[in-house]
Amino acid sequence: MAETSIRTAAARPPQAWRLAALGAVALLCAVAFMTLGANGQWSFVIPFRGGKLLAMLLVAYAVAVSSVLFQTITHNRILTPAIMGFDALYLLIQAVVVFGFGQAAATVSHPVAAFLLEVCAMTAFACLLFRWLFSDAVRSLHLMMLVGIVFGLLFRSLSGFVVRLIDPNEFLVLQDRMFANFNSVRVGLLPIAFAAVCAASLLVWRMRRRYDVLALGRDIALNLGVDYRRTLMLTLAAIAVLVSVSTALVGPVTFFGLLVSNLAYQAMGSDRHRHTVPAAALLSVIFLVGGQTLLERVLGLNTTVSVVIEFVGGVMFLVLILRKGRR
Amino acid sequence: MNWRRAISGWGGLAAVFVALLLLCAASISLGAGQMPWAALWNGGEEGERAWRLLMVSRVPRTLALLLAGMALAVAGLIMQMLVRNRFVEPTTAGTVESATLGILVVTLLAPDTPVIGKMLTATAFALAGTLLFLALLRRVPLRTPFIVPLIGLILGGVIHAVTTFMAYRFDLLQSLHAWTTGDFSGVLRGRYELLWIGFALACAAYAAADRYTVAGMGREFAANLGLNHARLTLVGLLIVSAISAVVVVTAGGIPFLGLIVPNAVSLVLGDNMRRAIPWVALLGGVFVLACDIIGRLLIHPYEIPIGTVVGVLGSILFLWLLRTRRNRLG
Repeated sequence: MAETSIRTAAARPPQAWRLAALGAVALLCAVAFMTLGANGQWSFVIPFRGGKLLAMLLVAYAVAVSSVLFQTITHNRILTPAIMGFDALYLLIQAVVVFGFGQAAATVSHPVAAFLLEVCAMTAFACLLFRWLFSDAVRSLHLMMLVGIVFGLLFRSLSGFVVRLIDPNEFLVLQDRMFANFNSVRVGLLPIAFAAVCAASLLVWRMRRRYDVLALGRDIALNLGVDYRRTLMLTLAAIAVLVSVSTALVGPVTFFGLLVSNLAYQAMGSDRHRHTVPAAALLSVIFLVGGQTLLERVLGLNTTVSVVIEFVGGVMFLVLILRKGRR
Repeated sequence: MNWRRAISGWGGLAAVFVALLLLCAASISLGAGQMPWAALWNGGEEGERAWRLLMVSRVPRTLALLLAGMALAVAGLIMQMLVRNRFVEPTTAGTVESATLGILVVTLLAPDTPVIGKMLTATAFALAGTLLFLALLRRVPLRTPFIVPLIGLILGGVIHAVTTFMAYRFDLLQSLHAWTTGDFSGVLRGRYELLWIGFALACAAYAAADRYTVAGMGREFAANLGLNHARLTLVGLLIVSAISAVVVVTAGGIPFLGLIVPNAVSLVLGDNMRRAIPWVALLGGVFVLACDIIGRLLIHPYEIPIGTVVGVLGSILFLWLLRTRRNRLG
């Protein structure tokens, strides 16, 4: 593995150029999203589409960074927070908060307070879930993934259950939240979401030099003087915040992180986080913004890009498992 | 060991049967409307109303629950024998999701098709999806038993994404939700009779039970005893697909039922299918009736659909099974 990556790194142009190219494509997608098919007052179009674009950028960034870091701390490239049921956990917490404080208090009068409460609960429960899943008792990778997926199904059913308890009549309205929709972004949450993403990024940025060491494995990382446990738990907290932000803004996207992180490893031909994290974030922007522009403006489909991403990501997950199993 | 022998005999089976009858009685007497039992005997206008309520709504619903629970549990057992894995059942193999796709396709292309036509289309789709699942399994060396349901669940997710895409395009998301979440609140006389087909198929499986026990010991072993393994597999999958399709068409998906019940039975009885089928069928009925009654009681007079109740209980039990059974299977 190491040998091939050195050889390909020498044969291909340096990573900086590839990152620049990805950045250019991402910028192009953003411009296309803002301008294509805009007939009307710019003073209306720019704030309207700008809000959506900002939300998509935040979601793309949050999903990409959380997936890559999750794969680093678990030493596995087919695990993502969403596959291990973290998105569904957030939905459940959201439903429980609404159940506890009432619909109006949680979404209308104190959306920011409710969001902060949700993020705190999410961080605590995500750490618990993580410790349970990655305890010594669960050794087989396939078992761990299976347990994660079943946990996701359990959380989904539970949140459906809680929502029915709140008000059976409201269920059909709330049910829309159960899958990602980029057309009905909760724009009111944008400032606090932005702040949360910044805080998580700052935390991760301060530990940036440790991740390459961490990727070498627990024993080597300990040997090289990394405070393994502390780094793991802090990273997990940052991941929980990022997952909360993306799920709160648009809803759950199960296979998106898997798709962009693995494409980023392929595209960069490098295992260093200074290359893979930005590449994953840029690819994720290209997929989300570009995909949404393509579906909505060019093909004229009124569907949401998340469904297409789920399909492609699911197929990719199957391919990864089949390939890994055969080797 | 003694307690196992004690409960696995006829006495245990009789106890389960009595529990089933009690649950049936509870299910019949529960509901949003008033149905005084005494009125049934007193006659008069009130008695007539009570009888109508009983025969049009209460009895059909209870029967539908019973039939669906029995058939789904048996379908799970057959599937576990054929794939030789404890964790497969129609919702962990892409079968139910394919059936849903089939119903959506027939609803889009020919909305006037009678229910039986929808069911047959759904069966065909379910069979195709399950065969695809088996083809995928053949390409992976099965190092751990957990990879089988993992692949099945993801395949189901991919098929479901296709279904959601189409439903979103044609504004059928509400109907799609009705097919994916099992709900018996809409069952009335005339709307559940297809489930008898599922029951008949479960009986057919009982008639062929010994063959499936042998098939569960492996392809070579079965061939050695003179069984046509390929045909047996195809017929078994056809039964499973048809049962799934019937249940999805009439009530919607009920997750993990075919996984929990046969596993609980095999913990006590072992893997002899002829012995296990009556137990699996009765316990399947008990489980479904109990879950439906819970869903009806919690927010009375509203209801929590059974798909949601079983989704919660079923995934907890599935997780528990994964924890306890993994050592014996590794």
